[in-house]
Amino acid sequence: MKYETNIGLEAHLQLSTKSKAFCSCSTEFGNAPNTQACPVCLGLPGSLPVLNREVPASAIKVALALNCTIADRMKFDRKNYYYPDLPKNFQISQYDKPLARNGFLEIQAEKVVKKIRIKRVHLEEDAGKLFHKEGYSLIDYNRAGTPLLEIVTEPDISSPEEAYTYLTFLKSLLRYLDVSDCNMEEGSLRCDANISLKKKEASGLGIKTELKNMNSFKGVRNALDYEVKRQSAILEEGAEIIQETRLWDADKGLTTSMRSKEEAHDYRYFPEPDLTPFVIDKEVSERIKTDIPELPRAREVRFVSQYHIPEYDASVLTQEKKTADFFEKAVEIYNNPKTISNWIMSDISAVLNERGISIDKVRLSAANLAKMARMLDEGAISTKIAKAILIDMIDKGEAPDVLVREKGLSQISDAGELEGMIALVLKENEKTVKDYKSGKKNALTFLVGQVMKASRGKANPKMVNEILKSKLK
Amino acid sequence: MGLNQQTAAGLIKMINAGTAGAGDIVTDTLQRISDVDKKVGAFIDVAGRKALLKKAEGAKGRLAGIPVALKDNLCEVNRPTTCSSRILKGFKPPYAATVVRKLEDEGAILLGKLNMDEFAFGSSCETSCYGPTRNPWDLDRIPGGSSGGSAAAVAADEAIMALGSDTGGSIRQPASLCGVVGLKPTYGRVSRYGLIAFASSLDQIGPVTKSVEDCALLLGVIAGHDEQDSTSIDTPVPDYTEFLNSDIKGLKAGVPKEYFVKGLDSEVEKAVRSAIDVFKKLGVEIVELSLPHTKYALSTYYIIASAEASSNLARFDGVQYGYRAAGAKDIINMYSSTRSKGFGEEAKRRLMLGTYVLSSGYYEAYYLKASKVRTKIKEDFDRTYERCDFIITPTSPTAAFKIGERTGDPLSMYLSDVYTIPANLAGIPAISIPCGFTGKGLPVGLQILAAAFREDIIIKAAHAFEINTDFHKRRPSL
Repeated sequence: MKYETNIGLEAHLQLSTKSKAFCSCSTEFGNAPNTQACPVCLGLPGSLPVLNREVPASAIKVALALNCTIADRMKFDRKNYYYPDLPKNFQISQYDKPLARNGFLEIQAEKVVKKIRIKRVHLEEDAGKLFHKEGYSLIDYNRAGTPLLEIVTEPDISSPEEAYTYLTFLKSLLRYLDVSDCNMEEGSLRCDANISLKKKEASGLGIKTELKNMNSFKGVRNALDYEVKRQSAILEEGAEIIQETRLWDADKGLTTSMRSKEEAHDYRYFPEPDLTPFVIDKEVSERIKTDIPELPRAREVRFVSQYHIPEYDASVLTQEKKTADFFEKAVEIYNNPKTISNWIMSDISAVLNERGISIDKVRLSAANLAKMARMLDEGAISTKIAKAILIDMIDKGEAPDVLVREKGLSQISDAGELEGMIALVLKENEKTVKDYKSGKKNALTFLVGQVMKASRGKANPKMVNEILKSKLK
Repeated sequence: MGLNQQTAAGLIKMINAGTAGAGDIVTDTLQRISDVDKKVGAFIDVAGRKALLKKAEGAKGRLAGIPVALKDNLCEVNRPTTCSSRILKGFKPPYAATVVRKLEDEGAILLGKLNMDEFAFGSSCETSCYGPTRNPWDLDRIPGGSSGGSAAAVAADEAIMALGSDTGGSIRQPASLCGVVGLKPTYGRVSRYGLIAFASSLDQIGPVTKSVEDCALLLGVIAGHDEQDSTSIDTPVPDYTEFLNSDIKGLKAGVPKEYFVKGLDSEVEKAVRSAIDVFKKLGVEIVELSLPHTKYALSTYYIIASAEASSNLARFDGVQYGYRAAGAKDIINMYSSTRSKGFGEEAKRRLMLGTYVLSSGYYEAYYLKASKVRTKIKEDFDRTYERCDFIITPTSPTAAFKIGERTGDPLSMYLSDVYTIPANLAGIPAISIPCGFTGKGLPVGLQILAAAFREDIIIKAAHAFEINTDFHKRRPSL
C-alpha cells in the first residue's frame, strides 16, 4: 500500500476503587438503577466533591507502570458540556496538567518488539448511562462519578492489527496492576481512536479522523480497518480527508460522520475551584513503585530463559498474572515446565475459556497439577487417565492420586498382569498377528488398542507396546 | 419591648435567668413577621408555628431557642431552597448544609428562608423571582444584596440572627445599607457544603446580626473544618466571644487612599472619617496605605465570578429537579427553553459573560489574566500586614438607593460592591458595622478587614467601636 497509517488510541479505564472518585458511593457494577447515587454524584446544588485518596494511588501505579513522569501537583479542571448523563453539565477532569506524561508501553507481535509512546495519563469522572425508550429516555446515575483513567498514546501505531495488539498488552498490564476489571462489556475499559493516512514519502501526519463507539478490541480493529479502506479510497481519488469525528456502527460494519471540526465542542476548561491542587509526595510515588509487581513483558522474557519454554508459551502464560502465578507455583513443586505449560495452555484453558473465568475461580490447585504431571512422568497414569480426572480436579479440587484410586483408574504397569492380557488378545486375533508378521506394521496399533480396550484404558501403553513387539518377534 | 427586639446574647442571658422562654421568643418573632413582612418582604418561606414551638421546647446548645433565618441558597432537608430563582422552584434538598446542621446541633430555631438576588447575582435584592425586599429604614429603597432578605429581616427584628453568603460583598453591603452587622469570614473558615454555589472560589457563608457580640457567637457556631468541603481549612476555631471587650489601644489601622475617591458619597465619607476619629480616640494609630491594584478589582471579580457561575449553574437544565419548560421538541430545545424561561435577566447576563470569558481564544485574555491580577490584589493586602493590624474603609460608596434606580444600568449596580470585592478576591475576612446615618436617616456601614484567619482582630476592633457608639442601637420604625 502506498499510504502510511498513523493511529493514536485513547483508552478510558474505570479504576476499581471501592467508592467513587469524589464521594463515598459504591462503584459496584450491575445494581438496580440509581441505588448508588448521593447528592455529590447526582450533582445536586450545594454538594461538593472530595477526592477519594484511593484514586490517585491507583492512577499513579498505572502511570509508573507505563514508564511515565508523574506531575508535581495534582490539579483538576472542569470540562464543560451539556449532556443528560452528566449531572453537573461539566466533568471533573485534568486538562493542562495531567497526572502523568511521556511514557511508553512495549508490545510484541510476530517477534517484532515496538515501543508505543504514551502522551499523557489523566484522571476524570465517568458519566451516568442513558436508556432511550419510545419517546423518552431514562438515566441511571450509578456509574456517574466512577474514577476513570484516560491513557492517550502518540500516533505511533501503524496498523489496525497493531492497535489490537497494543490494547491486548495494555489490558494485560492493567490486570497485573490489579487496578481495574478491564471488562469492555461492562464498560470498565473503553477506547476511542484517531487515525490519519498519508503518502509514504510525505512528511508530518495526514488529516486525522476521530473514531468513537467501539465496544470491543475487535471493534477497534474493525473500525480502523474500515477507515483505512475508506480514507485510502478518498486519497486515491485525489480528494482530501475531512477532519471530523465518526461513529463506528458494529452491526453495519461502517463508520458515519458525527460532527465536523467546525462543530467540535468548546469545553471551556478552567481550574476546578472546589478541589484545591495538592503536591504529589515523591515518597508516596516511590512507595507505590515498590508495589508494582513484575510486569507481563519482563515476566515473559524471564519465563523463556528460566524455564526454557517456547516464547509462545511464555507469552500466553504471562498474559494473565493469575495464570503465570499458577504456572510458577506448579513448576516450583514439580519441575517439568513444558508438561505443566501444555496442560495449562490446552485442556485447562479450554475449560476456563468456555466458562469465561480465570484460573483462580476454579478449585484446581497448582500442587495438584504438579502432582498430576509427576504421575504422568512416572507412568502412574496415562494421558488418557489424566484427561479423565482433570475435570474433577478443576471442579472438586480433588488430588489426582485420590481420584485415580476412587475411580480405580491407576495404570497397570505390572509386566506379569500385562502379559496375561496380551496373551489373550494375541489368541483372539490370530489373523492380525499373521498380517503383522507378513509386514503390515500398522497391525501393531490395532493390537495395542485391543489390549487397552481389554484393560479398560488402564494398561501402561508404553509397556504394552514393548511387550507386544517382543512377543511378535 | 418584644423579645424579638433583643440580641441573641441578650436572650441567652434572659433564658438562663428564667426571664424569657424559648416558646415566647418564637411567638414574638413570628408575630413580628406577620406584622411587618408584608411591607418588608424579607421572607419567602416561613416554617410552621407548631413545629418551631416544639423545637424551641427541648432546644439545647449554644443557640438554644434563638430564632435564626437562612438565606435561600442554604440547603435545609426537605425545605424549599430556590436561590430566589424560578429555575429551582419546587426543589427540596434531601440533605442539609453543614452550617444548617451546626445551627440545629446548637439548638437554633430555623425560621425559614430569606429573599435574595437570584443566585446571589445582584446588590439590591431586586433580581429575585419573588419580587424585591424593601429596606426597613425606607420602604422605597433597596436593602442591598444579594443577602438583602437576611439584612432586612434582622434590621426589622423579624429574626434575631440570619445567615447570608458573600461572594463580592453580598453580606456586608446589605448589612451596611440596613444598619446591621455582617461578616464575611476568611475563605475556608466556614464550610460551603450545602451552599448553592455562585462562584466557588469566592463564596463564604457568614453571620448577619444586630451586634458584634452576636456575630462572634454565630461565627463560633458555623466555623470549622469540614471533610465534605475540600476548600475548608483545618485550623482550630477559637471562642470568638473571648475577643469582645478587648483593649485595642496601640493597634494600628490602615486607611487605603484608593477607597476614598470619586464615587464615594460625601455623607458616607463623613461618617467613615468620624469613625476613624473614634478609633483614634481609642488609642489606635492610623496609617495611610495604598492598595494599588484596587482599581482592577471590579473587572477581575466580574470575570472570575461569572466564569465560575457559568459552570456552577450549568446543572440547572430541567433534567433532574427544579423547573422544566413544557413542550420541548428535543433535548437541546428542553435545555434552552428551560434556561431561557427559568433564569432572570441578570442571571442570563452573568452566565453569558462567564461563558464568553472561558471560551477558546478568550480564556488567556480574560480568565487567565484575571487570575493573575487576583494574585496581585492579594499581594497588595499581604504587604500591609507589616504596617497595620486591620484596615478601615467604607463598606459601600453610597447609602441605600431607590428601588428601580439602578436596574437599567448594570454597571452602576456593580459599582455598589467596589469596596467589598477585594476581600473576596484576597480571601480575607471583613465585617461591616453601623457607623452613622445620612441626612435622610439611612444607615452607613464601616468595613474592617484583616489578614486571613484574623477574625479575632476584626471582632476586637468592631466591638470596641460598637461599645463606644450608639449607631447599632437605633432601629427603623415600621
